[in-house]
Amino acid sequence: MTDRADNRRALSRRSAMLRIGGGVLLSLVVLPGAAADEDAAAAIKQLYGEREPTAGRISLQLPALAESGNSVPLTITVDSPMSATDRVLRASVFANRNPRPLIATVLFGPKYGTPTFGTNIRLSGTQDVIAVAEMSDHSLWSAQVRVLVTVGACDALQLRY
Amino acid sequence: MPNSRIKVPESAAAGESIEIRAMIMHPMENGFNFDSQGTTIPVHIITDFVCTYDGAEIVRVQLQPGLSANPYFSFYLTVTRSGSVDFKWTDQDGTVTTNSAQLQVT
Amino acid sequence: MNPLELRGLAVSVLCALICTSASAADSAASAAPRSGYSYLSEETRRLQDDEFANPGMLWVQKGEELWAQSCQSCHGQAHDSMRTVATRYPAYSRSLGRVINLEQQINRCRVTRLKGGALAYESEDMLALTAFISHQAKGLPVNVRVDGAAAASFARGRAFFYQRRGQLNLACANCHERYAGFRLHGETISQGQINGFPIYRELWQTMGSTHRMFVWCNEAVRAEPYPLGSREYVDLELFERWRGRGLPIETPAVRR
Repeated sequence: MTDRADNRRALSRRSAMLRIGGGVLLSLVVLPGAAADEDAAAAIKQLYGEREPTAGRISLQLPALAESGNSVPLTITVDSPMSATDRVLRASVFANRNPRPLIATVLFGPKYGTPTFGTNIRLSGTQDVIAVAEMSDHSLWSAQVRVLVTVGACDALQLRY
Repeated sequence: MPNSRIKVPESAAAGESIEIRAMIMHPMENGFNFDSQGTTIPVHIITDFVCTYDGAEIVRVQLQPGLSANPYFSFYLTVTRSGSVDFKWTDQDGTVTTNSAQLQVT
Repeated sequence: MNPLELRGLAVSVLCALICTSASAADSAASAAPRSGYSYLSEETRRLQDDEFANPGMLWVQKGEELWAQSCQSCHGQAHDSMRTVATRYPAYSRSLGRVINLEQQINRCRVTRLKGGALAYESEDMLALTAFISHQAKGLPVNVRVDGAAAASFARGRAFFYQRRGQLNLACANCHERYAGFRLHGETISQGQINGFPIYRELWQTMGSTHRMFVWCNEAVRAEPYPLGSREYVDLELFERWRGRGLPIETPAVRR
């Protein structure tokens, strides 16, 4: 009899522990969304100031599905005549769920040719890639593309080999 | 000096926009990898890349750890006159790697 | 329908199911060899095919410089003298009395002829030289000899491939033969061919040899890996090359 009573207490203790543990686990799980976008927005503000970029004039070419987040080919193309009075000054690429949202900044010189630039980036998982461009009249433009990533870049190398 | 690789057309017409490609061998450690002992490998990246031609900077890239290893860039320059196209990569520890190619203007 | 007809129907449905699943994935041991290239995404294939931007070419370029410094004086132009090397190695070495791979052949030359030091596995110089030499055979079909003096090594390599190992108790064949073409999480299991080695592996963000790959695979099934350059891995390398006979050399291949 006593054993059964003890068992019941032990069980309820165990279920209580499970509930607490589960709660702790849930709170540790990073819920995606708002927090990550804030980091990217903060990074953009840090480089380009408080003004909101307008969507357009810069386009991003990225694969819809990247089988390896370690090397995702990216091309930015800016809609600009690249004349002395109307050209792109600089552009930056951000990834809103990477540990560090800013990926690179490109400064375009006066003798830059076709306004296209290509490189390979790292993506830690499925997320949005954002490009922001500043023109010579200091107007800001942006583009955003969602990329599905099979194997993320930042967590893949926790192996000895 | 790390191994670098560049592609500049041998010749081009004045006023033309030509594609330039550049790559350098560099691990671009992002600070999230471990060595065989489990110690985190610290961030070690190339921080700056610049291509110069005809006395002016064509493009300058400020690199962050979010770029892939062995960073590769493809960009365009407007052809003006014959001369050298110069490339310079700067590592975060100050090491500078350079490369250059001659461009003939027809 | 009478029971006999029903049974007949059941048997034919079963056959159809097995046949479609077998054709959907090249799971049989008799399936034609398929290069890892055929399992890549569009972007990765494009990267491999790009003569300039293929990251492995950085090592090939380095290898070319090293060749000019040390090897050219005896071997001349690599494109002539090394043209078929990658298709034939690992090969039996009469002077050493065992099957050796390209890395070991390079070191043999360096130590005995050049009186220089041996190059370490996975060192930049070793990867550069093996990449450069193997690159000379690009496009040629793999064609290793597994008879005569190489027969014992081949038999051991084959046994290794089919031997279960590690905590997960898996043999290479369990995945790369039985389930090649099937999916494991988000990836498609390849046949595990080695016709593109040394490869630029995106996971490592650098160049790697077949032995590094074997070590990684053994670790993945929680088996204690053998040392780089060990006899076990050279035997396995020989068997793997034979398994992929006819596939074109793709060095430097790009893989995930």
